[in-house]
Amino acid sequence: MDRSLDGDHSGLSALNSHLRSWFKNPTWRAVFFWSLPAAFLGYFFYQPLLALFNLLVSPEWDFNLATLNWGKLWDPLWFTIAQASLSTLLTLIIGLPGAWLFARFTFPGKKVLKLLTTLPFILPTVVVAAGFNALLGPRGWVNLGLMALFNLNSPPVQFLNTFGAILTAHVFYNTTIIIRVVSNAWSGQNIRLQHAAKVLGASPWRTFREVTLPLLRPSILAATLLVFLFNFTSFGVVLMLGGPRFATLEVEIYIQALHLLNLPLASVLSILQLICTLIITVGHNRLSGQRELAVIPRSRKIGVRKPKRGLERFVVILLIITLFTLLISPLAALAMRSFVKLEPNRGERGDIQRGLTLQYYRELGINRRGSLFYVPPINAAWNSFLFAMITILITVSLGILVAYALQQKTPLNNFLDPLVMLPLGASAITLGLGFIIVFNQPPFSNLEFPILLPIAHSLVALPFVVRTLGPALQSVPSSLRNAASVLGAPPLRVWREVDLPLLAPSILVSTIFAMTISLGEFGASTFLSRPEYPTLPIAIYRYISQPGALNYGQALAMSTLLMLVCAGGILLIERLQLPGKDLF
Amino acid sequence: MLIVKNIEKNYEGHPLLRKVSFQVGEDETVCLLGPSGSGKSTLLRIIAGLEDAEGGQVLWNGEDISRTPAHQREFGLMFQDYALFPHRNVAENIAFGLRMQNQPKDKIQERVKTALETINMPGFANRKVTELSGGEQQRVALARALAPEPRLLMLDEPLGALDRTLREQLSRELRRILRETEVPAIYVTHDQEEAYAIADRLLLLHDGVILQSGKPHEFYHHPRNVWVAEFFGLGNLVRGIVTDQSPLKVETPLGFVLASCDSGTLKKGQTTTLLFRPTQACQNAGDCSNRITGEVFDQVFQGENYRVTIKINEEVPLFNVLLPEPVQIGEEITVGYKPGDVLCLENGKD
Repeated sequence: MDRSLDGDHSGLSALNSHLRSWFKNPTWRAVFFWSLPAAFLGYFFYQPLLALFNLLVSPEWDFNLATLNWGKLWDPLWFTIAQASLSTLLTLIIGLPGAWLFARFTFPGKKVLKLLTTLPFILPTVVVAAGFNALLGPRGWVNLGLMALFNLNSPPVQFLNTFGAILTAHVFYNTTIIIRVVSNAWSGQNIRLQHAAKVLGASPWRTFREVTLPLLRPSILAATLLVFLFNFTSFGVVLMLGGPRFATLEVEIYIQALHLLNLPLASVLSILQLICTLIITVGHNRLSGQRELAVIPRSRKIGVRKPKRGLERFVVILLIITLFTLLISPLAALAMRSFVKLEPNRGERGDIQRGLTLQYYRELGINRRGSLFYVPPINAAWNSFLFAMITILITVSLGILVAYALQQKTPLNNFLDPLVMLPLGASAITLGLGFIIVFNQPPFSNLEFPILLPIAHSLVALPFVVRTLGPALQSVPSSLRNAASVLGAPPLRVWREVDLPLLAPSILVSTIFAMTISLGEFGASTFLSRPEYPTLPIAIYRYISQPGALNYGQALAMSTLLMLVCAGGILLIERLQLPGKDLF
Repeated sequence: MLIVKNIEKNYEGHPLLRKVSFQVGEDETVCLLGPSGSGKSTLLRIIAGLEDAEGGQVLWNGEDISRTPAHQREFGLMFQDYALFPHRNVAENIAFGLRMQNQPKDKIQERVKTALETINMPGFANRKVTELSGGEQQRVALARALAPEPRLLMLDEPLGALDRTLREQLSRELRRILRETEVPAIYVTHDQEEAYAIADRLLLLHDGVILQSGKPHEFYHHPRNVWVAEFFGLGNLVRGIVTDQSPLKVETPLGFVLASCDSGTLKKGQTTTLLFRPTQACQNAGDCSNRITGEVFDQVFQGENYRVTIKINEEVPLFNVLLPEPVQIGEEITVGYKPGDVLCLENGKD
């Protein structure tokens, strides 16, 4: 008996030591950490992606590339490139002076403005669209004000459904990217290089042209490409502010797939879109790599000063006012409009009670129509919350695994790393389309499996989470783990005592990212959300396009709530100063 | 007792440790000395179990522990960068090893308190480690390594990151603490002064092997070869060829020199290197049979005496001696050495 027990024991410990030595090989460790995330990405990202290609050769659809009306591809592509280029140009015109302002000057309100520039990173498109609607739309402040002032019967400013509306919203979104990326590089520049140029006889303009600008060029290019990418893949803004006349690739995919049910054409458009975004993403990554070489962080205080009197001061003040107006006005308009009643509800006649009201918020819990497909908005909020929780669970756990996998020194990672980042380039619309093509049968049919929505959200959020957790993990010195180990902590205990507490702030940041992305996600949700389980952005989209003050007010009330949650999240992130928290 | 046997390790395809063997006895502090890149830290990590050797064994009291994971070895290791847990305060850092042993809470508290007293930082229990000075961090790291009462303590360049005055003060304190705790210790450093101050015994690691081991004074008086003499900065080294065996006579660029040798194995015609210690130059050159004449190149006042640099000829590097009286730069002087004070050394393999 004893002997056999002993035999078992030594067999077990042999297995144990065998496993341990196996786990010491970095490639096997990477394989271990990769297995779950790779399976998830393979099944839920690459399978739908391949299905898009497969659709084109499937006999079921009787689709032939030769008979394709190329105009249907060319028109949206041309419009997408045109609007993205123009938006990017406008963004640069405001953003570059903004970067100069932040890099070179101190001024009252700088901290507040800096905090404001973080907001657009995380505000859902529906919120921004609702904000501009509340400011410049037919029922917005500007139009209502002008109508009251001049006794007009119809809104004088035609903003919604114009090309200008799309451009304005894009500038709002992306100016802060230019400001943050370029001003970081600018203030990180060694001021002594400029001093050296000046001492060698260069005028300020010459110094800028020959020293400052060449060193900034990689950051400016990288930021520009990123802005272009965001404009290129913009969906919610174009759909909600541009109206039916303007179709980017994304909107065209949406229309072809969901309204005209032409899935093969939608697939071709998706593939076209994917190729374009891939090219832009690869370009951006190459430039980002360069940027790191060009900028060596220095002490940042040097070189920042108050603006001089005269022209410089005038320009600085003008910039500050412009930026404040751009960033605050749509958001403030949104929040204020949600508390004010200015027009009759549907069905109300005659004189109405104008003024401050909490009605729109109170009505959030009520389903006025009694219709199965129009659930009360509060349910949409609850759905969004549940989906956000599932998204957090999936992305944070997968993100941690990927971060550890990437930490291993193995050639395997050179190949797998880009595969995780690819969802960043693939648009949410493409993802949604792939999902409805692939997952249309039990057990994964969307009808029986509402969890597909948070899975799509997770795919959108995962690259951001990996970019947050990866650098954080890398900044944990391995000597800390060694110290814990020598002091008697077994491997899992080392993880619990050293890695986990040191990663905790980044895990919190990842959680917030995942949460805000899920709460605000619009593109994939339009494909996947079911009428009886709408998410907040879907509900906002539905309500804002309905007539009647109550619907409008409720849409704004929901948008305001969503904005507050997201703003709270980004403020929390800003307070946790972390390595790698700057996503760009 | 620790026995390290034939440890082998490659680094990026090149041998770093080539069958390194040594022992550490009970209650003994051994200094592992060597230039940077000689594999000292790697050897320490292999003993601690943080890295695997490619060959050889680590034995503790006769038992092979080469496959025992680090957390079961009950060794203490103090890291070069201290590796204090930034998310824990001073007391929690010190308590870490005790918690891993599942000690009762009151005992942990008591041991932490004693440890803080040992390192003369009794009021620091609740301080953040990130707010400590370098010297304070160093002492906390020492207390943390010692608190679980390890069977063996290893210190990896513990004073490396500190400035000179602090190093001297802390090395005295370290010696006191090591003596009080009576824990066998391996102390890694590249600084010989520090090694002299701490060690009962020195091990010199070079080219992947232990080149010499012994008491500090043995290294001083009987360096094993030229490399050892150079590493310890023992003095002027001049190459030559043996022309006579008894008395030993060597032909050098300085002329013929009478010298003494530890091993009497040098034969006529063999090359050797002679060591002239600056401190052993004769007070009066006339009393000594070896005389060296040259022009004073430089002179530095050193309190007790003057360090005089002499330029002899193009073939010999500058020659240093310590003299009690100042001389004139540019003046020609003669210094003397007794045959017994000129040591002949093996050339090593270079």
